[in-house]
Amino acid sequence: MNNLLVLPIIIPIITAVLLVFLRSHIMLQRIISLVTMLFLSLISYVLLELIQIEGILRLDFSGWLPPFGILFVADSFSLLLVLTASIVTTICLIYAFSTIGNRHEHMFFYPFVLFLIAGVNGSFLTGDIFNLFVCFEVMLLASYVLVALGGERIQLRESLKYVLINVVASWMFLVALAYLYGTLKTLNMAHIAMRVSEVGQDPMLTTVAILFLVVFSLKAGLLLFFWLPGSYSVPPTAVQALFAALLTKVGIYALIRLFTLMFPLNQEVTHTIIGVMAGLTIIAGCMGALSGRDVYTIATYNVIIGVGFILIGLAVGTETAITGAIYYLIHDMIAKALLFLLIGMMIYLTGETVVKKISGLIRNYPLFGWIFFIVMLALAGIPPLSGFVGKVLIGQGAIEEGSYVLLGIGFGSSIIVLYSLLRIFLASFFGETTISFEDRKPIPKGATMSFILLAISIVYIGVGAEAISVYVKDAARTLINPSIYIDAILKG
Amino acid sequence: MESLMVVLVGILVSIGTYLILSRHIIRVILGTAILSHAVHLLILTVGGLKTGGVPLLSQSDGPFTDALPQALILTAIVISFATTAFLLVLAYRAYKKNGSADFRELRGMSDE
Repeated sequence: MNNLLVLPIIIPIITAVLLVFLRSHIMLQRIISLVTMLFLSLISYVLLELIQIEGILRLDFSGWLPPFGILFVADSFSLLLVLTASIVTTICLIYAFSTIGNRHEHMFFYPFVLFLIAGVNGSFLTGDIFNLFVCFEVMLLASYVLVALGGERIQLRESLKYVLINVVASWMFLVALAYLYGTLKTLNMAHIAMRVSEVGQDPMLTTVAILFLVVFSLKAGLLLFFWLPGSYSVPPTAVQALFAALLTKVGIYALIRLFTLMFPLNQEVTHTIIGVMAGLTIIAGCMGALSGRDVYTIATYNVIIGVGFILIGLAVGTETAITGAIYYLIHDMIAKALLFLLIGMMIYLTGETVVKKISGLIRNYPLFGWIFFIVMLALAGIPPLSGFVGKVLIGQGAIEEGSYVLLGIGFGSSIIVLYSLLRIFLASFFGETTISFEDRKPIPKGATMSFILLAISIVYIGVGAEAISVYVKDAARTLINPSIYIDAILKG
Repeated sequence: MESLMVVLVGILVSIGTYLILSRHIIRVILGTAILSHAVHLLILTVGGLKTGGVPLLSQSDGPFTDALPQALILTAIVISFATTAFLLVLAYRAYKKNGSADFRELRGMSDE
């Protein structure tokens, strides 16, 4: 029992409700939301340290012991993601302060970001699969609003599709939950895992597992990503960065939890399907990134490639590969946020989205240009930046398991990622500048600061990989040995 | 009784699917509402329909009916209520802005 665990979800909700009443006090809203996110980062760090000392923590709400009540469970994997999400959101908020505009700030932008974070943190921390559904819905409802906020023609059009796709996906989630409850009569994740290991994973359970796979693939953008490029390119930049950093990652988290903890027994079927889907996702993502002419298309398809690459780690399934997947997940959250912020700034500075029409940015904004260079190298996986460790470990895992096809696709995609971003870099940053030095728009100070902070995080995760390896290794060990998780819940 | 309920769920799902595949926004939204009703009934059915007494210790000695599916459905109803309300408002705004409630006209051009 540790009451600290509820704070990552309850604090953003309370603050968000409070901010609704402070509608006209923009400055106060900014300060409160920033302080809240900093506080959340601190709490998640404290919890992460606590887990290293005391093992897996849990909080049984109103004293209902598992498997009967709803509970929150914190292992290193959840907390690493909560911590990263909090840090990325803090930095995206700093970017939003100077760019989002008065209209958004008056229309409850900050409360909805906080609701989104509450949903994301809840999904990472919950130990009950129905509660996972509820937290997903909290996150999705906030994201529906954030996509549509602003009310542009194109936003309304794309958000309608985004909402409908997600409503259908949530419906399938409920169907899967119904069958799961019908077969196992429990919803506690640890208890499900125990019952599955007792009775074995028969075809019925595998079918339920595959139904869940379809649901979370829709949410994570694994193969079923047709909705992603449209809806990720319409909201304001800060929201795009948040979405790219957080939303698909929650789906990936759920997939990893599901297939390491609850349904790990029938790997020939489930993990093969995940592997095939991951491979196809990467190939389709690469084709999209190569064919894209505007920066949004290239960036959104890069998100899709990232999703596929992380799930190669899950499909391979050895401890090394899972460790790599966790490293890469953390890296991807930070690097994708930075990529979207940079892309948004390019469009703000030039008013163009097509790569060929932008030129010579590095003359006027050298720091901006070199930060783009850093994120490009990080996404391609060049040492000593953050993408490297994850890529090497996933690759090593794939070699151990003999999955050479996935290995080839995964590492091939690095070159495509590098090429697609290098195309932006060469065309838009080098060459003749279209705007003279005197006429250039200044980059807002807050935006520059958020770029620098994210770039520092990328370098830190790459150079200081050793420092976070304690947590990542513990996370991977718990995922590979589900009995640690189950014992902590049901025997503690 | 259970088989009857499952047949009903099947009918509702097919109606919902038919509506979702139509072109008018309002029909699609109604389709999602019917689909969510179908899945609520499904949860109720897989939990086992009335198999015992009221799940209160003072009321009967057991066996008790499983009360959990009802709690799940209650939560799911609230959520689907919220999403449907949001969807209707969104559809109305989209209709005002785009001047059309037909999905064929909401496709969007690549050169926008």
